[in-house]
Amino acid sequence: MNIDIAVMQVFNGVSLFTILLLMAIGLAIVFGLMGVINMAHGELMALGSYVTYLTATAFSKFAPQWMGVYLFAAIALAFAVTYAFGYLLERGFVRFFYNRPLDTLLATWGLSLILQQAYRSIFGAQEVSVPLPQWLSGAWEPVAGIQLPISRIFIIGLTVAVAFGVYLLLNRTRWGLKVRAVTHNRAMSEAVGIDTQRLDALTFALGAGLAGIAGCVFTMIGSTNPGTGQLYIVDSFIVVVFGGVQSLIGTALSGFAIAQTQTTLEYLMSGSMARVTILLLVVVVLYFRPHGLFAAKSRS
Amino acid sequence: MRTLLRAADTRATMLVVALLMAMVAVLDPFRLNLMGKYMAFAFVALGIVLLWGYGGVLSLGQGLFFGAGGYMMAMFLKLEASAPELPDFMVWSSIEHLPLWWQPFRSLPLTLLLILTVAPVVAYLFAYAIFKKRVGGVYFAIVTLSLALTGTVLIVGQQGDTGGANGITDFRTLLGMDIVSDDAKQTLYIIEAAALGVAMLCCGALMQSRFGKVLIAIRDKEDRVRFSGYNTAHMKAFVFAISALLSCIGGAFYSLQVGLISPTAVGVVASIEMVIFAAVGGRLSIPGAVVGALLVGFLKSYLSEAFPEIWLYFLGALFIAVVAFMPLGMAGVVQRLAPGRVAAKVTP
Repeated sequence: MNIDIAVMQVFNGVSLFTILLLMAIGLAIVFGLMGVINMAHGELMALGSYVTYLTATAFSKFAPQWMGVYLFAAIALAFAVTYAFGYLLERGFVRFFYNRPLDTLLATWGLSLILQQAYRSIFGAQEVSVPLPQWLSGAWEPVAGIQLPISRIFIIGLTVAVAFGVYLLLNRTRWGLKVRAVTHNRAMSEAVGIDTQRLDALTFALGAGLAGIAGCVFTMIGSTNPGTGQLYIVDSFIVVVFGGVQSLIGTALSGFAIAQTQTTLEYLMSGSMARVTILLLVVVVLYFRPHGLFAAKSRS
Repeated sequence: MRTLLRAADTRATMLVVALLMAMVAVLDPFRLNLMGKYMAFAFVALGIVLLWGYGGVLSLGQGLFFGAGGYMMAMFLKLEASAPELPDFMVWSSIEHLPLWWQPFRSLPLTLLLILTVAPVVAYLFAYAIFKKRVGGVYFAIVTLSLALTGTVLIVGQQGDTGGANGITDFRTLLGMDIVSDDAKQTLYIIEAAALGVAMLCCGALMQSRFGKVLIAIRDKEDRVRFSGYNTAHMKAFVFAISALLSCIGGAFYSLQVGLISPTAVGVVASIEMVIFAAVGGRLSIPGAVVGALLVGFLKSYLSEAFPEIWLYFLGALFIAVVAFMPLGMAGVVQRLAPGRVAAKVTP
């Protein structure tokens, strides 16, 4: 194995890591911080993808000269739409199932089926895809023999920005302080005057919005169909659970560990066997550390 | 009260089995075959009632055991169908010798023995290890879900050994007897209905026993039961093994009735759908779960043929409605309407 291949391997690993992290970060907030099992999280990502598709279609129709930057508009729109949808979802649906985790799981699974069929009815069963802007196609070649796709570099940059933003939001703002307070002790937070219900809705909406951004980014890697969300949901849960619920850093590190292991294994064996090995490894690790690799210590 | 409930349950079981037997006279062979297919899922639903309704453990990986039973049965039938050659999909993948782990499936007694033992033993060991670590609730659901995903990926990936995404198909004889003729299907149906009746009675008796009472106690307050000196991990793992056995038997009947087994019966979607069978019928009712499986199975065939657009909307709404409004399923509604009977309490 020469140095070029090694560099490409690491880059592929980092690239997969950022994709896993984008997928999981919204779920880490909804499931990790709030304890809500949202099986429709994948469909929220698909919603982000479809918003991106609509944005791209609108741009190519009405403002073709701006096609180069439609992606930024799409990211903002995807976030806004899924954020709003997530807010309504929490107020009108999810909040009735709090404290019944297994029932939440089944109810949100039902919701995901309804959303999938809705996408199928609206956008059709076939795949839709969006054009990649000119400046994102092609590859960067720092030295001869190493080619790094620019779109992947863009995704890495965006993920770092999003993850850093979420980190600041949760750890450096008053709102984030409240969210963490409610996570640790709901009753006490209520007693000191935090409007926990409103906070729940906003936190859930934020998690949904992040899923929207992930969905938007995924249009750069592959096409979207009504069942796309289901491909992501189990992986997202595995990343969050593996990293340790309630720990965003854990989610990031677990995404990194899973991605690097998977790309390395894929080099050594077939893709499906690599995936099987990863899934079994995760189960084994969970056996030894039932609360995930980086479980936060809490009194509850 | 206790004896009354037991008698009522037994009566309901008898009624369900009698109705299933009556179907033989009423339905045409095609419909009867479909009923046989739904009945295969009723075995799974029974296991879910014990595990989830009584034990409070939600497994989203029942498809794995269902698939295990189905594949083991299909492997035997396929070897018989293609003997003395190798199965066709192995030839296509240019495999020259029968893989070692296929060898036991040359004999029917050995196949049946493996169907009845492999899944429960594996399930018990796995679940005991997990429960001993006090992993439960949602985590257990996600771990089993990822195992179901692993199973699908593995089967699809190992095309030459498993038939890949197409699964195992094209078998029509069992020990030389034709199994696709109408008469054979009818016999098969009667055997399956009888087996289901026996399984229902066994499950009912188990839940009425001391073990069943302790199991309910574990569901409601595991710590207290553990402090009283019970090995709760063992008891939960035992129920998990029983549910695995039931799923495995259901899978074997499925292969016989449908004539094929494919990775879709193993996967994440199938595994979660199996939970809704029990939820619709009533997660605390043994006859309810069977009726739920038959009803949802029938609706699935009917709606997805007649109104393909509506089926997923309907299934999704069913999930939500059952969880939100009828946590005890149809059995709960029946119990509430029946005079003089106190509805059992369900704890989420």
